[in-house]
Amino acid sequence: MSLNSLWQYANPKKFIQTTEKVLPLFSVLAVVCLVVGLVWGFFFTPDDYRQGSTVKIIYLHVPSALMAINVWLMMLVTSLIWIVRRHHVSALAARAAAPIGAVMTVIALATGAIWGQPMWGTWWAWDPRLTSFLILFLFYLGYIALWEAIENDDTAADLTSILCLVGSVFALLSRYAVNFWNQGLHQGASLSLDKEENVADVFYFPLLVCIAGFVLLFVALVLLRTRTEIRARRMRALLARERMG
Amino acid sequence: MIALLTRDLKLAMRAGGGFGLGLAFFLIVVTLVPFGVGPQSGLLSKIAPGILWLGALLACLLSLDRIFALDWEDGSLDLLATSPLPMEGIVTVKALAHWLTTGLPLVLAAPLFGLLLSLPPTGYAPLVLSLLLGTPALSVIGTFGAALTVGLKRGGLLLSLLVLPLYVPTLIFGAEMARRGVEGQDTTTPLLMLAGITCGTIALLPFASAAVLKVNLR
Repeated sequence: MSLNSLWQYANPKKFIQTTEKVLPLFSVLAVVCLVVGLVWGFFFTPDDYRQGSTVKIIYLHVPSALMAINVWLMMLVTSLIWIVRRHHVSALAARAAAPIGAVMTVIALATGAIWGQPMWGTWWAWDPRLTSFLILFLFYLGYIALWEAIENDDTAADLTSILCLVGSVFALLSRYAVNFWNQGLHQGASLSLDKEENVADVFYFPLLVCIAGFVLLFVALVLLRTRTEIRARRMRALLARERMG
Repeated sequence: MIALLTRDLKLAMRAGGGFGLGLAFFLIVVTLVPFGVGPQSGLLSKIAPGILWLGALLACLLSLDRIFALDWEDGSLDLLATSPLPMEGIVTVKALAHWLTTGLPLVLAAPLFGLLLSLPPTGYAPLVLSLLLGTPALSVIGTFGAALTVGLKRGGLLLSLLVLPLYVPTLIFGAEMARRGVEGQDTTTPLLMLAGITCGTIALLPFASAAVLKVNLR
């Protein structure tokens, strides 16, 4: 294996050493992006002519919703890496990401409800997008609960990664099933790469900064939590060795 | 495989096998619903397809942890794993046995319970058909959940947390088909989707269940 391969970070020691250096960088960048994006978005953009100032919740809602889905994707990728190449860091990263993803889902649901109350006149509607987010949250809960329930680390990693694969298929299936089941109240995507249906530029740029902030925050948190998991596991191994005598 | 199937069926039929338990639970759900929402037949006939589907789903869920638990405890699962039968085959037979002892009775009893909930006459055929198509998927998905939690001491609650989200698509299309049947609409689309889900789960999920079971037996 060449030294420049991505897989060198599968070595826990190398991972700890590298993240030692990049973690402060990511943390600082995340804070800067979030502060700039939120302050810019909250105080230096005009109110929407129909929605008033409630529109500003977009700076929390859209990035968290984006992350809620992408965190699951990241877990899917790391689970696959664990199944195929059996790198422990990969499994631990998936484990570290799950609670963050669950929290992102809750933020997206909560901010959506807060926005929906004045705008739609209801906290909750059984709209396909809302419903599939609720289902996604349940998937996160099940995944985390399975990790917690199993004592043997390798067994837990195996089982949860298979659950993640199966869950991905079913989460996708549910997404289309709920589309079929009820008509939508939620508006279409506010962001896309082809510019035609995007939000106006005044809202667009602070939103991009906020999204960057959320991504960086997620990366920093995952690195931090993975480091914690590696150290906790190392400590358990040391304690076990002590007991053996 | 046939020997394993008959063995599982016999075990389920005999005393303590919990054969009628799912059915009794289904009956109780159907009995309790009118207490909860009131006995007006108009309202009941409107929600009947959904209640019957939910009842069937919960009755299925109730018996899931029995699929592997007993064999795990007395060690016969280890024996099965070392037998020449591939693990995928074992899992499929287990799912089939679960369906024959839980799903099929529910399908057969559903018209009777529909009567209790004053289901309109047009609703019976789509209801039974949707349950007939959907319950195999419930059994197969449930077998996957049971395989995931087989080694755990307090697996029951976790099992429902894991399995219920996986049941969502089946429930949506199944209940939608039954509802459309009651209202006299065209049921082709949900029928095809439901059949697709069932075929897909039967084709693919045994591999996942077998992989999970192998990990648990390691």
